Amino acid sequence: MSDPTEANAESVEPTAGGGAGERHVRVVLVDDHRMFRTGVQAEIGRTDETGVEVVGEAADVDQAVTVITATRPEVVLLDVHLPGGGGVEVLRRCAALMADAEQPVRFLALSVSDAAEDVIGVIRGGARGYVTKTITGTDLVNSIFRVQEGDAVFSPRLAGFVLDAFASTDAPPVDEDLDRLTQREREVLRLIARGYAYKEIAKQLFISVKTVESHVSAVLRKLQLSNRHELTRWATARRLV
Amino acid sequence: MPLSSDRVSIDGMPEAAAAPLVEPRPPRKLYRSSDGRWLGGVARGLAGHLGLPVIWVRLVFVGLFMADGLGALLYAAFWFFVPLGVGGVGGQRPPSLVSTETSPDGRRRLVARKPDKGQIVALLLMVVVAMVFVGNVKVGGGAKAYLWPTVLVGAGVALVWRQADNARRARWVEVGSRRRTLTLLRAAGGVLLVTAGVSGIFVLQGSAAHLGSVLQAALAVLVGITLLAGPYLVRMTQDLSEERLMRIRAQERAEVAAHVHDSVLHTLTLIQRNAENANEVRRLARAQERDLRTWLYKPEGTGKDEADEPTDLADAVRRNAAEVEDKHGVPIEVVIVGDCPLDERIGAQMQAAREAMVNAAKYGGEGGAVQVYAEVEGKTVFVSVRDRGPGFDLDSIPADRMGVRESIIGRMERHGGTARLRAVPDGGTEVELEMERAEKT
Repeated sequence: MSDPTEANAESVEPTAGGGAGERHVRVVLVDDHRMFRTGVQAEIGRTDETGVEVVGEAADVDQAVTVITATRPEVVLLDVHLPGGGGVEVLRRCAALMADAEQPVRFLALSVSDAAEDVIGVIRGGARGYVTKTITGTDLVNSIFRVQEGDAVFSPRLAGFVLDAFASTDAPPVDEDLDRLTQREREVLRLIARGYAYKEIAKQLFISVKTVESHVSAVLRKLQLSNRHELTRWATARRLV
Repeated sequence: MPLSSDRVSIDGMPEAAAAPLVEPRPPRKLYRSSDGRWLGGVARGLAGHLGLPVIWVRLVFVGLFMADGLGALLYAAFWFFVPLGVGGVGGQRPPSLVSTETSPDGRRRLVARKPDKGQIVALLLMVVVAMVFVGNVKVGGGAKAYLWPTVLVGAGVALVWRQADNARRARWVEVGSRRRTLTLLRAAGGVLLVTAGVSGIFVLQGSAAHLGSVLQAALAVLVGITLLAGPYLVRMTQDLSEERLMRIRAQERAEVAAHVHDSVLHTLTLIQRNAENANEVRRLARAQERDLRTWLYKPEGTGKDEADEPTDLADAVRRNAAEVEDKHGVPIEVVIVGDCPLDERIGAQMQAAREAMVNAAKYGGEGGAVQVYAEVEGKTVFVSVRDRGPGFDLDSIPADRMGVRESIIGRMERHGGTARLRAVPDGGTEVELEMERAEKT
């Protein structure tokens, strides 16, 4: 109960299919700091308690691709800064696995960096969410399950970035569908940025949690598919703290 | 910065301006001035060095010029030997005392200006005056004939030398190489002028018949010298640029080391000392993290002026959050969308927001991080401060407690904004502040 993202992820539990004890997810950890991997492993790796099973670890891009291809995890915790090209490179080389219809591999970016270009970069590379390394263990576990189900994980800061990126232009959109956020999506993002959990957003806007989730997923899709060049330019021009 | 501080103290004294010579400058070196110069900056540099008005120095040069062109020779000598620097007489702005040697990083605020028209006019004027003067003076009939070629050579030399100066300046200011063609053109022009002048002298000497063969011979010698010296020159320039690169690297490294030493190591020591006090450790770590992030991700030059008053919304919000965080030891997450300059109203809103943050940290800090969100949308600035504490009822607060009622709601309403307090369904309190920006955009 110490971080807003936890509350965000909390609401997923009832929808996770069955009780909390039954859920299970296979995870690969990609990070070049061994200490950090050990720490995360210790925090989330107690499979019978958390339902998370860490099936592999990797310290650079090549290793990551090998391990991911070999173990076919459901979720990959991916560091943004990695030797050998960074998280974006891993995403690029695992594109086929991500697109797999049977059992897709999904990525959750995990980084100390809060720089806009990093965040937007991995999201556009295909990650389903972005959390910072200061996140607590429970939050992380909940975020992992959220990603496993194909939902998006937006931290307040990511929501802020997206709002800023989509608002910062008056230029007419190239693709009306992808280049604009609907009023409702903006409202949802704004509440996420203000630290509301999905459940709280649902109450505030008188909609269901599922609807909130679908709005967030829609935003994620727009963020990934919109080829508005302002997005990239915005991210590089604005190296926010 | 010791330099700037003693500068300030000197400026504070009333008589300082009248007696620039008394300034306790460390070893003074003569530099040519790069600001506001007419030709090579020699006069300005000398004037600055000697503490005389520029016009005197210029007059002396003109006077000496009368003496069989001695002034021109002297000027040329100065131009050739004295390095270009920042200094000279204090013009419209105080000269920076630091010489190029002491701080060779190109980051000094040397404004890259286009060659302004005044300089070109001054140059032309000088040439015309020189011609009129020489034309009127009775020089020995033989020598007079050489006037034009000499002027040509002089002009060519001046063109090329000035270019060398500009190139050096450009390196400080780090102007890109987009004007490369222009520099090439200038160099070619200079060479052409000099060649024409020299050829002219030959022609006048009556050796016009041999001109062709002389030029050929000269060319052959030049090619020979190039062949001999070329490799050395190339290697030398390579070595030079490599050395420069190394120096830049070393400097950057030193800067990083200094920063790490000043902040990170310091904080680590403090943390070790306060190991028993969890709150203090958290506060220290948090402050250090913020500091490092600012240093790493802020664009060049904006991260370091901590002392300045913030001028726009994003800065102000971040500053307030950081201060409250430091004071109360509760992490504050800040998300900002858009930005705008501060005006009086927004300033009031910032104060109210700060008060709200303090409240949230004090009474809702146990529940976790305080979430601050600021958004600029058109003319409206919206700030929300949200905590996850037990929450409170506005009506139950005693009227005498200034905090919320006066400094948040009252302040916002006085400046034409609105403030709302409400309980969030799942616990915690949220303060929403909304304000229209003043008319001017």
